[in-house]
Amino acid sequence: MPDNPFRRTEPKPVPPIAASASEKTVPLTINGKSFFHNGDPDMPLLWYLRDVLRLTGAKYGCGIGACGACTVLVDGKAEHACMLPVKGLAHRDIVTIEGLAGKDALHALQEAWIAEDAIGCGYCQPGQIMAAAALLKLKPHPDDADIDALTNLCRCGTYPRIRAAIARAANAPGEAKK
Amino acid sequence: MSFDASRRRFLVVGAGAAGALLVGWRAQAQDGLPYLGARFQAQQLTDFVRIEADGTVVIGARGCEVGQGVKTDLPMLIAEELDADWSRVRVEQLPYGYIETNSGETDSGPGNRYGNQGAGGDGGPAAWKQQRQAGAVARWLLVQAAAQQWNLDATTLGTEAGFVIAADGRKLAYGELAASAATLDAPANPPPLKDPSQFRIIGKPARSVDAREVVLGRTEYGIDSYLGNALVAVIVRCPYPGGTLDTLDDTQARQVTGVHRTIVLPGPKPDAPFDGVLATGVAVLADDTWSALRGRDKLKVAWKPDPAWAKDSSAALEAKANALLDDDASATVVRNDGDFAKARKQAQPRTLSARYQLPFLAHVTAEPPSATMTVTKDKVVLIAGLHDPAGASHLLHAITGVPREAIDIRLPRAGGDLGRRLHNDFIAEAALVAKEAGKPVKLVWLREDDLQHDFYRPFGVHELTATLDRKQHLTGWSHRVAATPRNWRDSRLAGKPIFAGLLDADAFPAGLLPNLQQLFHALPCGLPRGELRGGADAFQAFATQCFLDEIAVATHQDPVVLRMDLLGAPRMLRPGFDTGRLAGVLRIAAGKIDWQHKPKNGHGLGIACHAGNGAYAAHAFEVSVSGNDLVIHRAVCAVDAGRTLNPLNLEAQAANTTLAAVSAALHEAITLKNGQVQQRNFPDYPLLRMGQSPHSVEVYSVDTGADPASMDDIVAASAAPALANAVYAATTVRVRKLPLLPELLRLL
Repeated sequence: MPDNPFRRTEPKPVPPIAASASEKTVPLTINGKSFFHNGDPDMPLLWYLRDVLRLTGAKYGCGIGACGACTVLVDGKAEHACMLPVKGLAHRDIVTIEGLAGKDALHALQEAWIAEDAIGCGYCQPGQIMAAAALLKLKPHPDDADIDALTNLCRCGTYPRIRAAIARAANAPGEAKK
Repeated sequence: MSFDASRRRFLVVGAGAAGALLVGWRAQAQDGLPYLGARFQAQQLTDFVRIEADGTVVIGARGCEVGQGVKTDLPMLIAEELDADWSRVRVEQLPYGYIETNSGETDSGPGNRYGNQGAGGDGGPAAWKQQRQAGAVARWLLVQAAAQQWNLDATTLGTEAGFVIAADGRKLAYGELAASAATLDAPANPPPLKDPSQFRIIGKPARSVDAREVVLGRTEYGIDSYLGNALVAVIVRCPYPGGTLDTLDDTQARQVTGVHRTIVLPGPKPDAPFDGVLATGVAVLADDTWSALRGRDKLKVAWKPDPAWAKDSSAALEAKANALLDDDASATVVRNDGDFAKARKQAQPRTLSARYQLPFLAHVTAEPPSATMTVTKDKVVLIAGLHDPAGASHLLHAITGVPREAIDIRLPRAGGDLGRRLHNDFIAEAALVAKEAGKPVKLVWLREDDLQHDFYRPFGVHELTATLDRKQHLTGWSHRVAATPRNWRDSRLAGKPIFAGLLDADAFPAGLLPNLQQLFHALPCGLPRGELRGGADAFQAFATQCFLDEIAVATHQDPVVLRMDLLGAPRMLRPGFDTGRLAGVLRIAAGKIDWQHKPKNGHGLGIACHAGNGAYAAHAFEVSVSGNDLVIHRAVCAVDAGRTLNPLNLEAQAANTTLAAVSAALHEAITLKNGQVQQRNFPDYPLLRMGQSPHSVEVYSVDTGADPASMDDIVAASAAPALANAVYAATTVRVRKLPLLPELLRLL
């Protein structure tokens, strides 16, 4: 294979464990697929996603749960992947930005982000979208105070466009039911 | 054909695979290949424009995309002259295009195959012309090919949205013409460019070309790159500027599962010009980031501060700056018009004076510095979010000895810049580590590293003094600054005056008052300093524009009228400063915030303006304070930056720059104690949050059709003082020290 550093290594599910399973093995469900983590059970989910699965949509921003760049959904709730040791995630349902879109269509938030051109440098946006996805699950029609309460940081200052995108997605046809 | 002879680059035409037409730049070659009208194999061409047989138009984006929109905007220029269908254009990022030339090579010039690839200063007239010419040549070729096919005179043919159209209505798609166009010679003379009245793409809103990839989480930033089996490196750096390694015990660190080794990085030479690694450090190399972090935690390392700076503190700097401002004997004169001392004597006691203090600021890019690199004896590959790839290329050559043509620099989208990436210190670190390790390495900076090892926006105290006549008109203006100079051991800035980047001799209101002096006192400090968006404009305008507000209040004048009177009749005061255009944006901001009708519900309005380098901006805010919260009800930004290329991106840049400036003004400060930076992560260095941001920034842009100008520094400059002026209007508390929010709460 030519040396193409941009070529992404497709994350491959590890085959189901049998005899090789050790006590340290953690079964994980990420974007609907099963994985088994055999490394350090204290490894935060963020580094498992990025370094092991090469799912790099969740970003490193602070490592202390203060910026939201690594936001993922765990059982439908927004969580900071940098703060979650893998050992506590067995059998939990984890969704990353890579798993948010449907098979045939983007998530309404992703469509809205594009429509509002809420990009800036783009680095924080996957986390912003995941935080907004958790909000819409909880409250399909959030008010200003709900959006104000989002704590994800955007260094570029795209907050007004993010606000507009969340409102657009919440008002998109059929979204209230999701 | 030498469209760009001064830079020794030439447009060339070639045929790609499967009947594609290629148009690109090729620097004059040393290998004797002719360039005039010659054709090259596709792989010899690094193309700007590729038209495939199915009609797809691929346009290469040359600049470093850091969120400023250059990856969308520059290709729009090519697509415009090409008359492409923008919805069918695919943009591909070009790598850094080093090419050997005969001529003296400079960072922004012929050493780059594609022209200026830096992240900044690439929206000017030169880029407009170069990019449009590439599109115009491709269009010319397609028209010639259609003329041959139809046996018609080329001058009777037109183009629109991907088709050549004959007078009788016949159409040929670009894709159908690509193969035959690729066999033609390029035109002997540059084809004429469009008159702006014919623009179909320039001036129309275009969304970011990367938007879809970004929202799917598929964009690969530098930190997301994985090169082979690269080891992950994290570095513990000396927390004292200029300090050295005292003792190191890495035994436990090396026992951590996954850790391979440690590498000691020497810091910069004491007192030598800075070029490369910023601080002494110890790198930990591991299989993955988590192992590297655990190894780093187990390092036992002690540091020795540089005795010169071991006792540096913000309190001492503040005292020293204020003491310097009490005596001008040692000051550098930046500007001296008329006789301010005499004006002051005559004005007694009608003088006003105030001091303003600005803190050190960090860049805190969303994506911390990182670099993925492999170094072998004859090849270097670098993948990183950069601002200055030419500088990185020079630096890598100096460190590795690998010839520059064998240094392959990929330019993924970068997670923000704000000037942080002007420095390639993290590239130097990665190169030293990768060279020593003999393996591919990904260097990752933690947020703590980023806050503690930056090139900070300088700290300074301003003293402004105004003199007035009996009718309360301004007669004199003094702006004196004591600050840590920006030129911190940076060899690239060595030739600049000591006040560069902090005081601009031509900044408003210079040239508008008969007696005006600007003086600068250099404040010694060991903390590295550098350029942050806003630069001298923001550093200076905060004091200037707040002080104008103070003068207006003290003399019972309207702050807008006071500024308008200063600007006087519309005229070119000097190149890049048209007083009428500054008055124009000020008038818009005042009108949109409804300046004439002051709110009576505890809300306050504030306004400010700034100009420089052909760009003009004014901000107006409506705020209120309740409890510990400052609420920004409205934010208005009026901007005039010449011809607008992409209004959607202009709006984004103006709004984003406004909010980044608001963030800095309200919350941000780096402080020093015992020679160390005190801030470690976001809890110590808070950024603006959603709940503190205005719901919208109302951007009004004036498109005068003038030459496009870079506006970021100018927009960054007027936002903070307008906000502080609004806070005064709402509270009658004058905040003269940033960050604003803690100081306001202290004063209230």
